[in-house]
Amino acid sequence: MTINAPAKLTVVTEGMPSPLRRRTTSIIVHVLLIGASILMLYPLLWLLAASFRPENEIFTSASIWPSSWSLDAYFRGWNGLRTGFGTFYLNSFIISGLSVIGNVLACSMAAFAFARLNFKYKNFWFAMMLMTLMLPYQVTLIPQYVLFRQLGWVNTFLPLVVPKFLAADGFFIFLMVQFFRGLPKELDEAAQMDGCSPWRIYWRIIIPLSMPVLATAAIFTFIWTWDDFFGPLIYLGEMRQYTVMLGLRTFTDSTGESDYGGLFAMSALSLVPIFLFFLFFQRLLIEGIATTGMKR
Amino acid sequence: MTVHSTIATPIEQAQRPSVWSRIWQNDAPGYLFLLPWFIGFFGLTIGPMITSFYLSFTNFDLLQAPQWVGASNYVRMFTADPKFSASMRVTLFFVIFSVPLKLAFALAVAMLLNRGIKGLPMYRALFYLPSLLGASVAIAILWRQIFAGDGLVNKLLALFGIIGPSWISNPNYSLWTLIILSIWQFGSPMIIFLAGLRQIPQDMYEAASLDGASKWRQFVKITLPLLTPVVFFNAIIQTIEAFKSFTPAFIISGGTGNPINSTLFYTLYLYQEAFGFFRMGYASALAWVLLALVGLFTAFSFLTSKYWVHYDD
Repeated sequence: MTINAPAKLTVVTEGMPSPLRRRTTSIIVHVLLIGASILMLYPLLWLLAASFRPENEIFTSASIWPSSWSLDAYFRGWNGLRTGFGTFYLNSFIISGLSVIGNVLACSMAAFAFARLNFKYKNFWFAMMLMTLMLPYQVTLIPQYVLFRQLGWVNTFLPLVVPKFLAADGFFIFLMVQFFRGLPKELDEAAQMDGCSPWRIYWRIIIPLSMPVLATAAIFTFIWTWDDFFGPLIYLGEMRQYTVMLGLRTFTDSTGESDYGGLFAMSALSLVPIFLFFLFFQRLLIEGIATTGMKR
Repeated sequence: MTVHSTIATPIEQAQRPSVWSRIWQNDAPGYLFLLPWFIGFFGLTIGPMITSFYLSFTNFDLLQAPQWVGASNYVRMFTADPKFSASMRVTLFFVIFSVPLKLAFALAVAMLLNRGIKGLPMYRALFYLPSLLGASVAIAILWRQIFAGDGLVNKLLALFGIIGPSWISNPNYSLWTLIILSIWQFGSPMIIFLAGLRQIPQDMYEAASLDGASKWRQFVKITLPLLTPVVFFNAIIQTIEAFKSFTPAFIISGGTGNPINSTLFYTLYLYQEAFGFFRMGYASALAWVLLALVGLFTAFSFLTSKYWVHYDD
């Protein structure tokens, strides 16, 4: 006993770092993290700076502070293509807005059925829904294209929007099921006793209580639809229907080689809606990812 | 008797309702709420999957009816299509390097952030921002400039007297610029790791350090085993995402997959075949090989998971 005691004591002091050592480690960690942050954000800040600096400076400067500020590139870029970026932004907002409405409605309905109702083969259909999460979209791509083509939907927004009203993105169903399951079961039971129909339970009880998850789904739908490049690339052939992403791509093909300022200005501008969501709803987005493990 | 029957009837009805009314009462609401999903599931997923499988055995150019050619699309793919093997190599290389590096980065930063440091929300948000923006065409355009011959990277290297090559037009480096772009977006797996790390009871570390376990031993013996479910989840999600990656390679190579097919992602090759040459049958066969690949990987992960994923608490 007495022999053992001092040995144990030294172990304890070794295990617990002194305040000084702890502070030193903490400073090192902060230096590391700040360094990493700068490295991560440097390209973005450089893009922002490049969009404001005079054209001749873009390829000579690595700094993130322009020698002089001008909005010229934004005006040049905005009208740099045959169709102006105003049209592209309008198209992107229409497609993203409709997608948000469709996704939130259709996915919340499906999630309500999976989380709060009982019906035959429910577990089977739920498993099917989870399977679609793993499916690479390429497997359904070509028949879907043929189908939409036969319906005369190519060169319209419909192939980009209608699937959202059919709850095609199972990810949001999964996200909402997780949330709906967490709401107290007594709510439904009490409402059912009072003669509430499932529709009223959905619309009057579950939806109003689920605003955080609906907002998360809405924001992610908006961002992913805004960013979507592949869908518009194959379904939208005429420039007046282009989304912002297609506009940018066309810019790189045609004028991009000569007007880098305009290209960077439009690139930076296209990130602004996403950045605004990040600024105001980052808590919601980060919690959404942390709890369900979303892909992005 | 008559009194009895008038009382019995409603009870009898309540006890033995007709089959149809029971279905209507119990099952119909669920199916009605699922109606949009069902239309999508059969019309946009199951139906197209069956059609796509059929088309993979045909030649189909959208204009004329599909022509049955048996397995020749698959045979050609594996025996006589150098672009197929090139795209397979590029994609596997991308998956094998980008996913582990991205996850290692995500875990390392999550460990640094999980020490109860000040400013955690700020760091977490800053590291997450690239994940949120990264899928955009704008970022791919930015990347193309950063790694160009006269781009930002070479400008910074020049400060140290190093003359860098044009990274994106050199086949030795072009794929690495895309891997770096993927690693740059380590923010979302990092957030999932952080959530997982927070689940580990703190007293386990206290007990271990009282026993004199070094930080590294604590990481190997406590953190890593308890975190394996999160590692597993992140690895599956990121791998499937990596297989499906399209936009950056398309934008950076201008849709070609060059230089010398070094950025010809599988998805990009499939797009070229389908919408560049309108070989819809061949593209469908490519899609089914991709599905088989992703399916095999997922099945393999789930089957081996019981040997390395630690599930009991």
